[in-house]
Amino acid sequence: MKITELFERGEFVVSAEVGPPKGCHIEHLLEEAKTYLKDVTAVNVTDNQSSVMRLGSLATCKALKDEGLTPIFQLTCRDRNRIALQSDLLSAAMFGIENLLLLTGDHTKMGDHPQAKPVFDLDSVSLIHTVKMLEEGKDLGGNDLVGEPPKFAKGAVVSPCSDSLDAQLAKMERKVAAGVDYFQTQAVFEPEKFIKFMEKAKQFGKPVQLGVVIPKSVGMARFMNNNVAGIHVPDEMLEELKKDKEKTKAGITGVEITARIIKECRPYCQGVHIMALGWESKIPGLLKLAEI
Amino acid sequence: MLITELKPRETIASLADGKKVFIINCHGCKEVHFPEKEAAELQKELSADGNVTGIITTDYICNPENMVLRLQKHMSEIEAADAVLIFSCGVGVQTVAEFLEEKRVCACCDTYRLPGFQGVTPLEHDCGQCGECYLNLTGGICPITACSKSLVNGQCGGSKNGKCEVDSEMDCGWERIYRRLEKIGRLDVLKCPTQIRNYATDDEVAK
Repeated sequence: MKITELFERGEFVVSAEVGPPKGCHIEHLLEEAKTYLKDVTAVNVTDNQSSVMRLGSLATCKALKDEGLTPIFQLTCRDRNRIALQSDLLSAAMFGIENLLLLTGDHTKMGDHPQAKPVFDLDSVSLIHTVKMLEEGKDLGGNDLVGEPPKFAKGAVVSPCSDSLDAQLAKMERKVAAGVDYFQTQAVFEPEKFIKFMEKAKQFGKPVQLGVVIPKSVGMARFMNNNVAGIHVPDEMLEELKKDKEKTKAGITGVEITARIIKECRPYCQGVHIMALGWESKIPGLLKLAEI
Repeated sequence: MLITELKPRETIASLADGKKVFIINCHGCKEVHFPEKEAAELQKELSADGNVTGIITTDYICNPENMVLRLQKHMSEIEAADAVLIFSCGVGVQTVAEFLEEKRVCACCDTYRLPGFQGVTPLEHDCGQCGECYLNLTGGICPITACSKSLVNGQCGGSKNGKCEVDSEMDCGWERIYRRLEKIGRLDVLKCPTQIRNYATDDEVAK
């Protein structure tokens, strides 16, 4: 199922993210996904997230699909040139994987193989263009594909709380022009910034899923403030996480904060994308608290 | 060593686009091949309709001090022009664009790499010698050398406080490009078609 069909029906689309393990055993991930993500519409699978080498996104998508879940194949331009990207897209189509999230990808220097060659032959915009071409039955070299062309729901990302919002919106517009179908956002901790962003972004007429990360501790929140672009956890949230250590440790405070953000932003967007970063077990409780 | 080659005639004509232009040629370092004759012919054509406010030929416009000295004598002609057309390698274009920060500065050449000795340029700016100069789409700031990922379609999500997430000392190239385009009133160029780089350097497949 393509998640674009749900946007078209006016549903509030909930997706969550899983990160494949650093190893070839996937049983634990599948067990967690089946237990905690059964009420989620689709499951994003990260592609060597943060440039840390892991089990592949495509293989994990296939395993999730075999378990009856709807995977979203994340594909970055960091590790593959245009030939490998297109080949993996065809492979995804062959497996019946219909949802994509197309990204430029973090730089190799950010991860656990900083010596690696960063590829970036294409970027997020030209990758969207490439998928669009494949859907029209041609590859990027202009050669015909054999048989019925693949069809995907093409997603991309945008960073609504970035301090370079103008440049982000300009990039968003290029993604729209290249043919993207929907957006997921970087994690939002400042609903007022998100709402302002949506006022400008709604001109593009594409569904936007609010991105959220469940803050696990004040330390994690501070780390994101210092190291992650486009994320700022405001002081009062830091205080809230600091106040009741036991409650924070149990995940209650983080879930409460996240539910509040979702409720505040919900009237302005078309769905939510939850990045639980290992706290997948909190997702059912979060959805309940956020009244989804 | 590098080679500069004129961009297609129609590209250069579209840069001038009936507006007033000032032209700068750089005959630079002797390691660089420059298409002198073709450039002169083309500039003669451009001058025919009276839209060229001035033409200078200099060396080392990549050297900011030298460039400023040369340009200062022609500031009235530059001010009278809507755009400045530069016939040089990518470093020259970037150096002039930085100096004339409120003027549209256009690259009329593509710069190709030639194996062997590297030309001696003061490296305030860098030219990737990639053979398909993007400077006209990016306000004279090179996305190949000013962006850690050499992105040609806009900013990634990794800019924080205007700095690149790969190197906190480095300004985000696309943040610089956006600000510069805003300043010269050319944010419209960001709406250009999707750019896809051409890594083929062999003549038979490059074009």
